[in-house]
Amino acid sequence: MFKSLTKKETYIKYLKSLKFGFYCMTHPLDGFWDLTHEKRGTYAAANTILFVTILIRILKLRYTSFLFIQVYWEDINIFLYIASILFPLALWVVGNWALTTLFDGKGRLGQVYMATCYGLLPYPVFQLPLMIASNFVTIEEGQFYSVLSVISLVYCAFLIVAGMGQIHDFSMGKNILFTIASLFAMLVMIFILMIFFSMITQGVSYFISLGKEMMFRI
Amino acid sequence: MKNKIIRIALGIAGALALAATLPATAKAAESNYTYTYDYWGDVQECPDTYSVVKVFTYKDLGIKTNLKNPESLYVYGNMLYICDTGNNRIIVLERIDDDEFAYVDEFNSIKGSDKNNLNAPADIAISEEGDIFIADRGNERIVKVDKDLNYLMEFTKPIDLSIADDLIFQPDKIVIDTAGRVYCSAIGINKGLVKYEADGVFSGFIGATPVAYDFTDYLWKKFASQEQRAQMESFVPTEYDNVYMDKEGFIYACAGGQKEEDLDAETVQAVRKINMLGSDILVRNGDYPIYGDLYWGGGGGITGPSYFTDVTVLDNDVYICLDKNRGRLFGYDDQGRNIFCFGGNGNMEGYFRRPVSLEHMGNDLMVLDQLDNAITLFIPTEFGNLIYTAMDQFDHGEYDEAQATWEKVKVLNGNYTLAYIGIGRSLLRNEHYREAMDYFELKYDDENYSKAYGQYRKGWIKANIGWIIAALLAIFLIPLGIGKIKAIKHEIDIADIFRV
Repeated sequence: MFKSLTKKETYIKYLKSLKFGFYCMTHPLDGFWDLTHEKRGTYAAANTILFVTILIRILKLRYTSFLFIQVYWEDINIFLYIASILFPLALWVVGNWALTTLFDGKGRLGQVYMATCYGLLPYPVFQLPLMIASNFVTIEEGQFYSVLSVISLVYCAFLIVAGMGQIHDFSMGKNILFTIASLFAMLVMIFILMIFFSMITQGVSYFISLGKEMMFRI
Repeated sequence: MKNKIIRIALGIAGALALAATLPATAKAAESNYTYTYDYWGDVQECPDTYSVVKVFTYKDLGIKTNLKNPESLYVYGNMLYICDTGNNRIIVLERIDDDEFAYVDEFNSIKGSDKNNLNAPADIAISEEGDIFIADRGNERIVKVDKDLNYLMEFTKPIDLSIADDLIFQPDKIVIDTAGRVYCSAIGINKGLVKYEADGVFSGFIGATPVAYDFTDYLWKKFASQEQRAQMESFVPTEYDNVYMDKEGFIYACAGGQKEEDLDAETVQAVRKINMLGSDILVRNGDYPIYGDLYWGGGGGITGPSYFTDVTVLDNDVYICLDKNRGRLFGYDDQGRNIFCFGGNGNMEGYFRRPVSLEHMGNDLMVLDQLDNAITLFIPTEFGNLIYTAMDQFDHGEYDEAQATWEKVKVLNGNYTLAYIGIGRSLLRNEHYREAMDYFELKYDDENYSKAYGQYRKGWIKANIGWIIAALLAIFLIPLGIGKIKAIKHEIDIADIFRV
């Protein structure tokens, strides 16, 4: 694996696949089909896009003008902030894959992850210029910021949904159905996780109190 | 080796011993008397804006018998009137010094009326000509007398279809305007203030509070039977607890006892500024709504939001509300921004048991406590005076002086939001836009920041217009030029005459 890092072709392929993200942005259907079926996407590029997305989200806190984002720094937990992207992403990827794999979905777990990450690309592409521009506007001109900001999120959502349809080779109706089903799967997983953690806590506290009781008796 | 361990152990022990002595010198965890709310709604401790001069009981004031359930104070020039409701009398005092009142007079009856004895006088107001208006609650009238207490006229129960015949008219708080019209909040009348023309004719209600109700309550009511409906609370406007007329003739009215959820949803207002048409024109540009304390924890067995029982307006448009619930005073400036909160429940100086009335003489405040039968006199501290001075200077257009004064305020309290905004606004007026932006950004004042930034940007573009146009031209012309050159080169390359 590390040997490939010394080869020049690896980097060329990486840059090419990264550039391919922009093609996916402008030609979602064609792009996402080629992403997996023609193997034009790479995990390295997907990871890069995800990393840049998280980075931009954190940078936004500090460098967006206070007209748009007021940060109460005492309450910011950077790890929670990072998790606020990674956790839903993980739930989405697992939930979507788990469902579609039962219903003729062609995409594998890794491919679902890759397509989702490629779908996040509009976020950094829109938000970075917005972040810089926000420092050069007044509150009256702030409408542009809010509208473009919302557009970037809607764009991301659209790309992810479109991408899922292509990598699973689903028709439009089936794709929308499974998008909604995946969202429910996410809720179910959160529910199970919560039950799991509360059971663990109760189980642990049971043994702790049992131990305490024993200590008293002995 | 062993030596080293011992040395380390000694060192740790020494450090611990030192640490143990330190907390003894740390300050007590007692909460501050005066505080403000910052942009985030956090409580910021604040130097006192007012300090107690003295608490006056009836003995200090030279009154022979103790007060009984007094309900109202009224200031007229240098004179202070106390409505000693329980004793059916009105006491007149004169302020002769910063910390001294002289007893002038007291009266419990008027001359020339068919009911000469006052019965539970609840409020008093005096016109510019010196005529005295008394809300004579027990006698169901507002009576107008001249300065020698000779009966002139009276204002009685309004005749209106919406008022039940068996309702006993109990005028509670009154204000009068320069034309001699009387505005009165009466117990049991919730349609707003009762307005009388100068000749005593009832001319309508003004300034009723908007009715607030939940949709769920409304639904319940739809399905409830007649008897159930009678049991439920009805959706009615709240009565005003108190009124005050400022020097411009606007009526400040406060209605305490609002429900928490209505205050939260801002469907009702605890304080309103009513113009002649009866609409609310209070400016609410502050970060938080004007309802006193932002958090209504159950400390000391007191729950619920602040209950504004009186309001007074200083000459610089700063208005101060008195919270009966927690015995606190809340000051707001003309933009509705919180300037200070102070006070509390208790028996110490500067704390109250049941405050009912608030008045001001200049910038000094007087609070009447109904249980203590005492008047607490506050005067502004150095800090409070600086704030008022800075506001006045700004209003008079002395921006440099205002900035200097706000700087002094900032030295005394580095957490004081208004100081930063005040400095920023002075800088803005003096066209120092870049510096003003920094001050506004520190306190998250987006409106003023945008104003300053808009001007700054305009100036910057004006100064650099040459460069901007040059850069824009370069962006468009250079690629064009390169394209042209390439095309010419291509022509030359394929031209026949150069083919060998």
